Amino acid sequence: MTLRIGPRTNQIIAYVILLLMTIVTIVVLFFIIGFVFKNGLGQLSLEFLTDKTREMGREGGIFPSIVGTFFVTIFAIVIATPLGVGSAVYLVEYTRGGVIRRIISFGADCLAGVPSIIFGLFGFIFFVIQLNLGWSIVSGGLTLAVMILPTIIRTSEEAIKAVPHTYREISYSLGGGKLDTILKVVLPTSLPGILTGIILGIGRAVGETAAVIFTAGSSLGIPTSLFSSTRTLAVHFYILAREGISMPKAYGTATVLIIIILIVNFVAYRLMHRFIARYY
Amino acid sequence: MIKVAIRNLSLYYDNFQALKEINLDVVSNEILGVIGPANSGKSSLLRAINRLYEIDYARITGRILLDNEDIFDLTINDLRRRVGLIFATPVVLPGSIYKNMSYGPKLHSKFRKGELDEIVFNALRAANLWDEVKDRLYDSASRLSGGQQQRLCIARTLAMHPEVIMMDEPCSGLDPVSTAKIEATMLDLKENYTFIFVTNNTKQAARIATRTAFFLSGELIEIDSSEKVFTNPQDPRTDDYISGRFG
Repeated sequence: MTLRIGPRTNQIIAYVILLLMTIVTIVVLFFIIGFVFKNGLGQLSLEFLTDKTREMGREGGIFPSIVGTFFVTIFAIVIATPLGVGSAVYLVEYTRGGVIRRIISFGADCLAGVPSIIFGLFGFIFFVIQLNLGWSIVSGGLTLAVMILPTIIRTSEEAIKAVPHTYREISYSLGGGKLDTILKVVLPTSLPGILTGIILGIGRAVGETAAVIFTAGSSLGIPTSLFSSTRTLAVHFYILAREGISMPKAYGTATVLIIIILIVNFVAYRLMHRFIARYY
Repeated sequence: MIKVAIRNLSLYYDNFQALKEINLDVVSNEILGVIGPANSGKSSLLRAINRLYEIDYARITGRILLDNEDIFDLTINDLRRRVGLIFATPVVLPGSIYKNMSYGPKLHSKFRKGELDEIVFNALRAANLWDEVKDRLYDSASRLSGGQQQRLCIARTLAMHPEVIMMDEPCSGLDPVSTAKIEATMLDLKENYTFIFVTNNTKQAARIATRTAFFLSGELIEIDSSEKVFTNPQDPRTDDYISGRFG
């Protein structure tokens, strides 16, 4: 005789399993954040955030790394966003979903899966050496831009594809051209999705170590121009921990990194909701 | 006077021929009803006239004349301003009622604030929607009911001062009251516009169309005054269709 489970029990079992999975995920996430915060929050002070780094990071603060991270990330986003969104618009609106689109999409997916250290190596050889940009914010930013480009292309592509075809028909039938339709109907409608891609890109850029250590360098001075070498927070954290310079300062840096990413996400989602509320 | 003249028009989607050698005149200020079962080419006809078929990568042969001028000699923006198209499912663009209304006019010319208001308000009045929305012009258009949304779509088209208004089953998803309002609106507007009106509802065509054309499998089977088509059709297939023996 086979064991029979009634539909009601079945439902309960499925519910409990799914709930457990969710709980495990959430617990792991909060455990990591909690662990870093527990070790790092004590380090936070105004001085830590605004002071120069002294004695390789054993003393002082992380102000130069905050500045460095900010500029490297902004540079990367400023380069990658127009390229990524432009490519996505081209792929969806100007190709007929044919071979070209599949090849480019496939390429972008492959690129997204390449380990970041490979981008670091590429950036070092191409931007730092070949183009003679040196270890600099520019080299680091360009490398990160290349790295996050696939993310932005793919999320924008999905967002643009999700705009109902009927919106385009309406715009055309009211006499709108292709560009009018893209700029006034397609992009505003897909903006929340595109922003999600950009936020994911920012998250990856801010937290990236391998791709920037070879390209932006690890200088501890406050950058004075886009061609200054700089050490991003993630790299600073890596060096502090890896070389055993100061674990407390390393946790402090990690805490700041996590807080920055939380703030970026929070602000972006707020902006998005305001946008959606205004448009729909 | 002939408003739209269609000569030997065929339309193809890849290898599928949706329209076969259509010859048809649309007279000024008439409501031309277009009836026929699914896949008979009714929608393709409308999409050919305002060249919307181009975004579906379809192609056509033959000629279409608007006021005796080939539609390919007009700019596509001008053609689509003069020939409006209203779809079966009302689709409002994201944004307010006002934004929906001003989208078309703003594409074609620049306005001072007052001028645009006047165009928008008049079009809403002409579509019998003004009283229902005048206090919430800046609210999201998607909060309107289905019937109101369809009248907004009509108003949105009217705001461009078109000459021909094409409708693709504009009442298919609406209740009888909303349908009656749209029919009344069309009869009001007939004086100033020419209508081409695709419908699945033969009774509706009989009610409001001046003349009716019957399409079947991409061919024009019969066109005549609605009275004649519905009481004494010349072709047996027309008779079968309107008496409900197929389709």
